[in-house]
Amino acid sequence: MLPRLFSFKGGVKPQTHKASSVQLPIGQAPLPARLYVPLHQSIGGQPNPLVEAGDRVGKGQLIGGADGWMSAAVHAPTSGTVLAVEDHLAAHPSGLPTLTVVLEPDGRDEWVERTPVDHRRLAPERVRELLRDAGVVGLGGAVFPSHAKLTAAETVPVDELVINGAECEPYMSCDDLLMRERSDEIVRGIAIFRDLLAARRVLIGIEDNKPEAVLAMQQAVAQLGEDYQVVAVPTRYPAGGAKQLIRVLTGKEVPASKRSTDLGVQCFNVATVYTAWRALACGEPVISRIVTLTGNLEQPRNWEVRLGTPLRELVALGKPKADTNRYLMGGPMMGFELPSLDAPVVKATNCVIAASPTMFPPNPPEMPCIRCGACAEVCPHELQPFELYWFARARNFGKTQEYHIFDCIECGCCSYVCPSHIPLVQYFRFAKSEIWSRERDKNAADAAKARFELRNAREEREQAEKAERLARAAAARAADKKAAATAAVAAAAAAESGAPATAVAATGPTAAAGSPISAPANAPRPATPATAGDAEAIKKATIVAAMERARAQREAVQPKNTEQLSSEQKRQIAAVEARRAAPPARAEAQATSAAAAGSSLPETPDRTGD
Amino acid sequence: MIITLAIMALGAVVLGAALGYASIKFRVEGDPLVEKIEAILPQTQCGQCGYPGCKPYATAISAGEAEINLCPPGGMDGVRKLADLLGREVKPLEAEEKPRQVAIIDEQTCIGCTLCIQACPVDAIVGAAKQMHTIIEPLCTGCELCVKPCPVECISMQPIAEKLDNWKWKYPVIEIKRAA
Ligand code: SF4
Ligand code: SF4
Ligand code: SF4
Ligand code: SF4
Repeated sequence: MLPRLFSFKGGVKPQTHKASSVQLPIGQAPLPARLYVPLHQSIGGQPNPLVEAGDRVGKGQLIGGADGWMSAAVHAPTSGTVLAVEDHLAAHPSGLPTLTVVLEPDGRDEWVERTPVDHRRLAPERVRELLRDAGVVGLGGAVFPSHAKLTAAETVPVDELVINGAECEPYMSCDDLLMRERSDEIVRGIAIFRDLLAARRVLIGIEDNKPEAVLAMQQAVAQLGEDYQVVAVPTRYPAGGAKQLIRVLTGKEVPASKRSTDLGVQCFNVATVYTAWRALACGEPVISRIVTLTGNLEQPRNWEVRLGTPLRELVALGKPKADTNRYLMGGPMMGFELPSLDAPVVKATNCVIAASPTMFPPNPPEMPCIRCGACAEVCPHELQPFELYWFARARNFGKTQEYHIFDCIECGCCSYVCPSHIPLVQYFRFAKSEIWSRERDKNAADAAKARFELRNAREEREQAEKAERLARAAAARAADKKAAATAAVAAAAAAESGAPATAVAATGPTAAAGSPISAPANAPRPATPATAGDAEAIKKATIVAAMERARAQREAVQPKNTEQLSSEQKRQIAAVEARRAAPPARAEAQATSAAAAGSSLPETPDRTGD
Repeated sequence: MIITLAIMALGAVVLGAALGYASIKFRVEGDPLVEKIEAILPQTQCGQCGYPGCKPYATAISAGEAEINLCPPGGMDGVRKLADLLGREVKPLEAEEKPRQVAIIDEQTCIGCTLCIQACPVDAIVGAAKQMHTIIEPLCTGCELCVKPCPVECISMQPIAEKLDNWKWKYPVIEIKRAA
C-alpha cells in the first residue's frame, strides 16, 4: 500500500552527479599518522577536554565531556597518545582555529571496554544520557545533538517518526551506500528512536533515484518484521530538508516558530540512526563517519573515516586530478569552500568535493536584480528572496526580519536559478550572522547598563549611609559632651575621695569589659587637680562612647547568611580567619608599597559578593 | 450658521476632553526620546563623550546640548543611527574609531589595591583588598577606566580577537561588470 504523498512548494532539479561515487562499496580509510579531533563538533556547548598531553587513550575513550544538556561528547577515534590539546584549524568557512585534541595513533587500535546495552531495559532518560555521552548527533550536516530531539512534546503524542534517507544534495551518496550496506543496523536503530518518542508510525523517506537503497531498506524492514513504511519520494532538491520531507511524507507543514514535535513529528537522518544503534547495541561511540569523496578525482568513493583525519590525507585517497583548485565541504548547494586541507574530518563532514574551474566555473559577475521572481518560485519556504536580497544588501536588517529571513534554510535554490547570478544565499548568511551579532551586542549592552545602574545605586546608598553615620556621630558627640561635662563636675566633686576614673566607667560601662583598646582609658590615673583633668576626661569619655557605638553598629549589621552553617563550613571559615590573621606583616608591606606608589588604601575592603 | 458653529464647538470640547483624558491615562513615565537615544548608545559607560555615562549623554543630546558625534565606542554606525533618529546631520566622529577591546589584569603584578574595582563602571572586576584581582571578560565593556588608576600599571587593553563563536559571514564582494 503506497501512502499518499504530498509535495512541497518550489525546489529545483540540479544534475545529481551521484553515479560516480557509488561504483565501489564503502572503503575503510587507513589510520593517519596524526588525528586532530576538535572538541566542538556539534551544536551547543563546547565539550570540556578530559585528557592532556602525554595521556594514553584507548579507542572510544571519552576525551571531551558534554557541557550541559545541549552538547555531545567527543571520543578518541583510535588508541594512542595525546600529543597536545591546542588550537588547530577548524573545518569551518572562517579558517579560524578551535580547541583540538591531537592524537598520535599507536597502530594497535585497541578499544576501551565496550558495554552494549538494551535500550528497552533502561529508563528513557538514561538512554538519552547514553546517546549524549556517546556523541550521537545529526549526521546529515546540522550536527544537532540527537538526544535533545528525543523528547516528545508533553501535550502532543508523536504520530510519525520520519527517517531521512532522501539525500537530495547533488554529488552526495554517503547515506545511499549506508542504506545499501548497513540497512539491517539502521532498521534496528530506528526502534530506539521509535520507543523513546513512542511514535505510532515510522516513515522512511528515500529519493526515488536510489532504488537500490529503497530495496535494501524494504528487505531489512521485512526481514526484521517491523511495520515501517519505506517510501520513495520524488527526486527534487531540497526534498531532504527536514521540513520538506515531513511535508512530503505527512502533509504537515511545520511553522517557523514551532518545533516539529509540537505537531507530532520528528525527523532523523539514517546515518544518525545507524550511529545510535552502534552506540547502544555495541557500546561504540561515534568515532568515525561515512564521507563521500567525489568530484574531480580519479577514484570517487565513499570512505568510512575516523573523525579527526586531516582532509589532506582523505583527499589523497581519491587521487585528485591535476587541475583541482579547491575543495568544498558539504554539497555544492549548501556546502562551503574549505579554507585549507589541514582541517580535519568532523561529524558534520558528509561530503568532500574536489572542484576544478571547468567543473565549477567561477560565478559570473553579479548583475542587478531584474525582479523576475524566479527565486521566489523555487524557494521551498515560500519566501521572497529578491526582497530579502534587497534589504540584506542595504543592511536593512529590520526589514529582512520582517520578510522572515530566519525561515531561510540556505538551500541555495534561489542562487541556483537567479539569471543575474546574484549570490543570494551569501547575502542571507551575512544578514543572519550580522543580526545575531547585533543581538549579542544588544544583550551585552543591556546587561552592562543594568550593572552600571546597580553600581550607581549602590554607591549612592553607601554615600547616604556614610553621611548619615557622620551626622549621627556628630549629634552623639554633642550629647556626650554635655553628659561628660556633668560627669566631670561630679568627678571633680569626688576627686577628693581619690576615684577619678569612675566618671569614665560611668559613661561606658560595657567598654571596660569588651574592648581592649578602651582599657587604657579605664586605667586609674594618678589624681590630678580636677580643673586640669576636666578637658582630658571629657575627651576620653567621648572616644569611649564613640567606640562603643561603632561596636554596637557593627554587631547590628552582622552578615545574615552565616547563621545556619554546617560544622564543616564553620571550620573552613575559622581556617580562613586564622590565615588572614597570621601574616599581617606581609600584607602590611604590600599596603605600604601601594601607598608608596602614590595611593592610599581605599576603605572598601571587599566587594566580591556584590 | 449658528448650528455649524455649535457643532464645531461641541466637537472641539469633546475632542479636547478626550485628548486631555488620554494624556493622563496613557502618560509615559520618563522621557521616551532619552530612552530611544540611550538604546542606541553602546553602554560602555566610559565617559569619553564628556558625560558621566551613557544616560547623561543621552539626556544631553535630547536636550539639544550635545552633538551626536561624541561617542567613540559607538563609532560611525552609532552616529548614523542617532542622526536617523533625531533627523540631524551625520557628522564625522570626534575621535578615532577603535576595535572593541577588553581589559586584562596581569595577575602576577597586581597588588590588590582595589582601585580598579572602584573605577569599573560595570562591576566587571572581582577581587578583595590585598588579594589578586581579575576581570570577568564577558562583562568588560572595554571602557579603559580601570587602566589609569592602577598604581602598578598591570592592566592592559587588548582587542577582542575573532573566534568561532563571534565570527560573522562577510558582506559578499561584488564584482562590478564593466559596461562593454
Ligand atoms: S531570481 Fe535573481 S534577478 Fe530574479 S528576482 Fe530573484 S534575485 Fe532578482
Ligand atoms: S562615550 Fe559613548 S559609551 Fe562612553 S559614556 Fe559616552 S555615550 Fe557611553
Ligand atoms: S574592566 Fe576596565 S575597561 Fe573593563 S569595564 Fe571595567 S573599567 Fe572598563
Ligand atoms: S588597580 Fe591594579 S594593582 Fe590595584 S587591584 Fe586593580 S589590578 Fe591590582
